[in-house]
Amino acid sequence: MQERTQNIRAAARRLLEEKKVDCVIGYIEGTIPLRAQPFVAYTPEEADKLIWSSFCGGNLATITSARKGTMAVVAQGCVSRNLAGLIHENRLERKNLHVIGVPCIGMLDFRKIEARVPYMNVVSVTEEENSITVHGYDTEGNEASETILRREVKRDNCYTCLHRNPVNANETVAAPVDETAGGNIDYIATPWIKLDADGRKQEFAKNFASCIRCYACRDACPLCYCTTCFVDENMPQWCGKTQDPADVQTFHILRAFHCAGRCTDCGACETACPQGIKMRRLTSMLEKDVRRLWEYEPGMSDEAEPPLATFTQNDPQEHFK
Amino acid sequence: MQPLEAFEPRIVAFFCHWCTYGAADLAGVNRLEYPASFRAVRIPCTGRMSPKFILHAFRQGADGIWISGCHPGDCHYGTGNYHSRRRMELFNNLMQYIGFEEDRLHFSWISSAEAEKFQQKAIEVVQTVQALGPNTHLVKDITLDPMRGVI
Repeated sequence: MQERTQNIRAAARRLLEEKKVDCVIGYIEGTIPLRAQPFVAYTPEEADKLIWSSFCGGNLATITSARKGTMAVVAQGCVSRNLAGLIHENRLERKNLHVIGVPCIGMLDFRKIEARVPYMNVVSVTEEENSITVHGYDTEGNEASETILRREVKRDNCYTCLHRNPVNANETVAAPVDETAGGNIDYIATPWIKLDADGRKQEFAKNFASCIRCYACRDACPLCYCTTCFVDENMPQWCGKTQDPADVQTFHILRAFHCAGRCTDCGACETACPQGIKMRRLTSMLEKDVRRLWEYEPGMSDEAEPPLATFTQNDPQEHFK
Repeated sequence: MQPLEAFEPRIVAFFCHWCTYGAADLAGVNRLEYPASFRAVRIPCTGRMSPKFILHAFRQGADGIWISGCHPGDCHYGTGNYHSRRRMELFNNLMQYIGFEEDRLHFSWISSAEAEKFQQKAIEVVQTVQALGPNTHLVKDITLDPMRGVI
């Protein structure tokens, strides 16, 4: 992490000094521990604030999308694939974009870490190759620290990442890592598939029961850039605005379906959710189907047509009779 | 045709203007009898079909959905039904994954000459939805809506 931070700063400083780009989009330390926040550096001095940590769980493609001017973006595997998708959708121009690629070893879930040290008021965290150490104060006010293995507190999507190295990167700040994280996404993407219809209904309703309709998942997502989102449409109003379970579930179904064939499983939605809702239950099911039906993986190139924007004459049709 | 039982389902049927809607007309002209439990909505092409319509219908109390359009290759606009096929395949899988029974949603290709196929499919759709009973999933309780009866 230290090495990545230093190399990101050096690259950002060089690009800004040589005036290759107007700005560098990256992360700085969050205002509270276990967080990182997006940051746009315009000067070489500001570039020294940039960091890379295991808590860069947002998606910088979201704030890069449709931005004017030239820019460099710090991007791990999933974000670089979102950038490729946005280039294809004419939200970005490749010539204005300089991708600082970061081979990623997986982001950590601050909720899992906080659950591991419930007695501790966390103040800071130091990172090693396979573990992290959180420092803080216990309930008595004494200094405390605890070491936690990375693999026990990774974000759900990072266990099953399929492409950890960035695609289309202009430069990379570390040696390439293993392409996959090891977990089999097809194996765990659809946990409700073994239930009957009633069981699925219940699990589905339970999963989204605590949603407060804050739309943080939508705002964090680089795919959601419609000027008028379907939830804001009112003539006609296709999605009700109440807390009624039917309205909440409709929102989540449509949000997931709008991302189908484009979602890179970056996990920004789940990281952004204040309620800890697992909306990847729907998106990873859809992406599994996209891989099965049309053998497509989103974002692997900025040329490929997303599967729902194209067709072949012999597409599978299991349900049409 | 089977006699209707006590439960008469409310089925929303989305028909492409250029084919299935014509097939329904032709079935009427030919005096082919089919159950009247579905409300036909005319759409310009199955490519116009959006998941929003389906969810909206269920939310308002539909028990089943039937979408029908031109055979692949026969689209009036060239490619509308090809796009719809991909979208609806994926969406139907999602709906089943979250707990809708397989027979709640029906999809078919019926050209404007296939009045008998229309009749057969209409009977099949109504009977299968009837067998499932009323839909309770994703239905909004509109009696709680304060604007109910106002607009």
